Amino acid sequence: MTKVNNVNGAEALIKALEAEGTKVIFGYPGGVLVSFYESLCDSNMIHILTRHEQAAAHMADGYARVSGKAGVCIGTSGPGATNLVTGVATAHMDSSPVIALTGQVSSNIIGDDAFQEIDSFGIFMPITKHNFQIRQADDLVDIMRKAHEIATTGRPGPVHVDMPSDILTGELSKAVKIPADINISSYKPTTVGHPLQIKKTIEAIMNSKKPLILAGGGVSIAHASEELLEFAELLNIPVCTTLMGKGCISEKHELSTGLTGMHGTQASNNLIDKCDLLIAVGCRFSDRVTGKVSEFAPNAKVIHMDIDPAEIGKNISVDIPIVGDAKRILQDLIKQLKKQKRKHEELLKSENTPENSNLNNFNSNPNLNSKFLDISEWSVEVKKLKEESEKELSVTVEEQQNLEKTDKEKIEKIEKIHPKVAIYDLMETIYDIDPELENTYVTTDVGQNQMWTARYFKFKKDALITSGGLGTMGFGFPAALGVKFAKPNANVISISGDGGFLMNSQELATMAHYNIPVVAVIFNNRALGMVHQLQSVLNNRQSQIDLGETPDFIQLAHSYGVMAERVSNSKDLKETLKKAILMNKPYVIEVMIDSGHAVKVVAPGANLTKMIEPENKEPCSEKILFKDMVSKL
Amino acid sequence: MDKRHIITVLVLHKPSVLQRISGLFARRWFNISSITVGTTENPDIARMTIVVKGDDTHLEQVLKQLNKLVEVVKVKDLKHNNYVERELCIVKIHAPTESGKSQITQYANIFRGSIVDLSAETITVEITGDESKINAFLDLVRPLGIKEVARTGLTALMRGSKILKSNKK
Ligand SMILES: Cc1ncc(C[n+]2csc(CCOP(=O)(O)OP(=O)(O)O)c2C)c(N)n1
Repeated sequence: MTKVNNVNGAEALIKALEAEGTKVIFGYPGGVLVSFYESLCDSNMIHILTRHEQAAAHMADGYARVSGKAGVCIGTSGPGATNLVTGVATAHMDSSPVIALTGQVSSNIIGDDAFQEIDSFGIFMPITKHNFQIRQADDLVDIMRKAHEIATTGRPGPVHVDMPSDILTGELSKAVKIPADINISSYKPTTVGHPLQIKKTIEAIMNSKKPLILAGGGVSIAHASEELLEFAELLNIPVCTTLMGKGCISEKHELSTGLTGMHGTQASNNLIDKCDLLIAVGCRFSDRVTGKVSEFAPNAKVIHMDIDPAEIGKNISVDIPIVGDAKRILQDLIKQLKKQKRKHEELLKSENTPENSNLNNFNSNPNLNSKFLDISEWSVEVKKLKEESEKELSVTVEEQQNLEKTDKEKIEKIEKIHPKVAIYDLMETIYDIDPELENTYVTTDVGQNQMWTARYFKFKKDALITSGGLGTMGFGFPAALGVKFAKPNANVISISGDGGFLMNSQELATMAHYNIPVVAVIFNNRALGMVHQLQSVLNNRQSQIDLGETPDFIQLAHSYGVMAERVSNSKDLKETLKKAILMNKPYVIEVMIDSGHAVKVVAPGANLTKMIEPENKEPCSEKILFKDMVSKL
Repeated sequence: MDKRHIITVLVLHKPSVLQRISGLFARRWFNISSITVGTTENPDIARMTIVVKGDDTHLEQVLKQLNKLVEVVKVKDLKHNNYVERELCIVKIHAPTESGKSQITQYANIFRGSIVDLSAETITVEITGDESKINAFLDLVRPLGIKEVARTGLTALMRGSKILKSNKK
């Protein structure tokens, strides 16, 4: 092969990434990636050596969700690739543009079950938006362009590129030329909503008495929060959100009715039940949102706007589908609605002219006397439901004082924080420091910690980063580290359970090594709380949820050189969090919370309005030791 | 109501496209009755004909999910009778006697099949047609003893001058 510019595959890859504007790569090296890491020395891109590839993928994901750019992660062939899988699947379920690069064994031994060979191309296929295996070095640059194009446009999602080692070391036969535009003939996402559907939407709104907006993560992804607010305010329509859409409208806004679905507010869930028009924007009606599908929004006509046509009609039958970018569609809707509103007002004015004032009312259009869209009765109902919800969401004196203690705790004077109170403490402290929440991101892990955050933490903007689709334990902490690289000046706080934190706690080393100032809050209830709760909802038998003596998180953090503090009352929690955020240093805060506290829930697959309060129940800590198990072996 | 749907898919002629498509069907529990793949007049494009059973909502999801695949250029379900469908079937039939052989030859003629192989014990017939024609032929010779059957699965084209063109220009 003729050498041109003496560029090998690895160097070309790095040039291609730089051309895409990649600033940071999260990864872990290995044999087949030696040439890549060697070439990286000549680049200005930052590489973060994580302690596990899963965490690298979560970091890239966190980075992507907040930066709006693709997040890049890399792992070696075989185990490196399989370790990336959970992180990439997480990004896939939440439509996050992650570029996952994997090394592969040399192409001449592919298929021979070589050392560290795995069919990563096959493994990643169902958990990515698309994937590539590079078969010649000359294709590398084009494929990287395509990978970014596919990952970041339309409905975003992860793209995987598998790269055999000989292709990374192989010379290119042509000079590296980054294509400006890449034409992927078979990939053309629709971004502009169909005018006829927009017209139908407006008609449906005008004919509704009880409209409700359901906003999902697609609103944040499309950066359409402003438009959503303008649209809602224009017509005074209440807005509920999915978990992924949380904060796309300020939850302190009077039109916001909060989270909907399995752990949603009573207001949102009841409004869905009552509304006559459901305007869904960028959401995919997951089972966590709908509950029992046949009883979801039983009285409503459904309008569904989504960039992914396959989401429309998948879980819920839709009356008016609009495929396109949420921002574009909402802008179009707003424009049309404003025009109509102006016309309406002009007509009203002309009707009210002195010449007309003595005209017989019978002749005039009854609508003209009314408001543009009269949903005042509905607004009253919304307000009432919201007030009831607020009561339920607020902290009671008992909760504040943590009176619900077991006898043992009372006797031993064990101090713990009620989890709901802990969330309020975190929220108040964060708002104290950043009143508009302009410069703060909160990640959560999965479990009760996530649902407490979802239920009780009101977000003024879309600042919540969480694994909504796959529900991946171990996500929150590494994702927070990734977010910090996207917004180095933001306050980044991760909230995890003790179980989930331990799933990627090795990243304390990454945090310490690079001195990444993130505050990791661990809600320690010494149990797999969410599973414990599920067990008590389903059949009330306890099994395998007792984490017992979790490590001493303070010592664990200290062993990595990370500052850490354990808190067991509100005051200490607030003070410590404030100190940690303002100090802007890596910090771990272990919050001792009551174990056995349940989050209000709609049982899986049940009707949304049937929320139950599962029994609060201590996990039984019946510990069986190895020596006692031996007899059973 | 479960109906039989014939779906035509034009795909980029790339490695692993079949894996991508069959994987999509498998993980979404879409049952494939048959799938055929072959090249087209354009060397970069392959055509697949997929037969699935399901109701209309099911079909809609199948079409949409197929459309989402980056390598899929065009998806269309062939509705009603506006298409020609064919399947190739080769069947080896037990025929140890001369009278058996001549009987099968007669059947084959009626069905416009042809004899493609002969042995002392067997006769092998090639037959093309739509699914029901092939089924009818197999039903006819079954009492004689079918030794082996190989069917290609269905392939189809729209009737008239209509053709499938990429709508993702
Ligand atoms: C990787 C992974 N494994 C298992 C689960 C199932 N799961 C969901 S929540 C949960 C318990 C989480 O416990 P913990 O992290 O302590 O948080 P808590 O619910 O107590 O807040 C489990 C095991 C999961 N979501 N992810």
